[in-house]
Amino acid sequence: MTDEEIRSIVLRVLGEIAPEADLSEIKPDADLRDQLDIDSMDFLNFMIALHRELHLEIPEADYAKLFTLNKCVQYLAAASASNP
Amino acid sequence: MAEFVMPSLGADMAAGTLVAWRKRPGDAVRRGDIIAEVETDKGLIEVEVFTRGVIEKVLIEPGAQVPVGAVMAIIREEAKSGRIETATGGEDLAVKPRETLPVTTVPTGQTSSPPEVVSPLFPSRLRISPAARKLAAELGVGLISVKGTGPAGRITRQDIERAAQVERIAPATPEIATSRQDKMRQAIATAMARSKREIPHYYLSTTIDMSGALKWLTQENMKRPVEERLLYAVLLIKAVALALREIPELNAFWVEGQAVPSRAVNVGIAISLRQGGLVAPALHDTDQQSLDQLMKNFRDLVKRARAGSLRSSDLSDSTITVTNLGDQGVETVFGIIYPPQVALVGFGKVVERPWSQEGQIVSRPVITASLSADHRVSDGHRGGLFLAAMDRFLQEPSQL
Repeated sequence: MTDEEIRSIVLRVLGEIAPEADLSEIKPDADLRDQLDIDSMDFLNFMIALHRELHLEIPEADYAKLFTLNKCVQYLAAASASNP
Repeated sequence: MAEFVMPSLGADMAAGTLVAWRKRPGDAVRRGDIIAEVETDKGLIEVEVFTRGVIEKVLIEPGAQVPVGAVMAIIREEAKSGRIETATGGEDLAVKPRETLPVTTVPTGQTSSPPEVVSPLFPSRLRISPAARKLAAELGVGLISVKGTGPAGRITRQDIERAAQVERIAPATPEIATSRQDKMRQAIATAMARSKREIPHYYLSTTIDMSGALKWLTQENMKRPVEERLLYAVLLIKAVALALREIPELNAFWVEGQAVPSRAVNVGIAISLRQGGLVAPALHDTDQQSLDQLMKNFRDLVKRARAGSLRSSDLSDSTITVTNLGDQGVETVFGIIYPPQVALVGFGKVVERPWSQEGQIVSRPVITASLSADHRVSDGHRGGLFLAAMDRFLQEPSQL
């Protein structure tokens, strides 16, 4: 899966969690939680949705590695590559 | 016979609009069945019935605005004790004078078997997709006025978008608030102003060492697939519920000049809605649920609250409210009690702080827990004992 495909999935999932948000305005290196007013329940739902979409186990200890859009794509791309 | 009345879904609700009956005359109902859908400032609410019997007749037509306590239907109870019970959730509405309520009687002509043809009065359940329902809640579109263009009259997302556009282009009364968010804001304002005016609040707070609880939670979550992981908020909620068992006067309602304790511990969770405003639906029997059950029900409650699909018992049964503003970076909450409740518990964010332990200064993750309580019902001494009990429970997370 390419980085662009992963980015597209991440944005789609975020759109479901924060339907009122304008996803085109997301700053890729800024914290998603602040930009989209995501609380801990939303973030857990984000992790669950990514797990369902990409069939990847994301340990809780790694959550901080997914706090920005760019970091998220980077983490998921690496995890996908090591778990084809 | 029992009367099914418009339930009070909180101190801030004066009336609701009947959108659709989900049961018809002749239908059998039992406790917990959804009997109607009602539009309120908090969204479209599925209203449950709390008696067992057969619908004798309905008195209200869909589209009518119905005051809280007004009789909407008559239910023929199953013969058990012969006692007449009101079919309401939440507060006891039996004392409300029926003659003051503007009730339109609608002859049904059906008393024993369901009618063959569905009357226009009974469009059964509102046909709407979950996505459209969610969008309506977000845009503040009242469903009663939306005409469905989907299969069998189903309301689609496009119908909601169209209705929202019409409301934007031609607001009926531009000078007054008309959107659901505005109405919700007004309802919250009314309830909170009443609370501050009538309830002599006192406030206490304590700092709780969360290191043991968070360590336990981290180890627990490492063993769990992502769908089954717990949030630390669930530990806080359970600790509140268990502490209420020790200080039950905080788990009560103030009704007609006196405190009425609640046997059930139903912790209401303040949930902010993405389109603005908040609701505080109940986690029923919080003290009796395992952490896994609580987490499952908590997730479901947040999901339904934000999708605008709460049930009447969700909104009418809370015996205390918990608000957690830690995600927003808040350190201490000074909450306002939601009447007729008599206490509210607030939590801030978990922060690392210097902590003295056995003569050593160490760094510990701590949280500030606060209690807002009604001084007519409890004193600071009991409030302090409540916070101490909560702290004690959080030091033994595996026992929660």
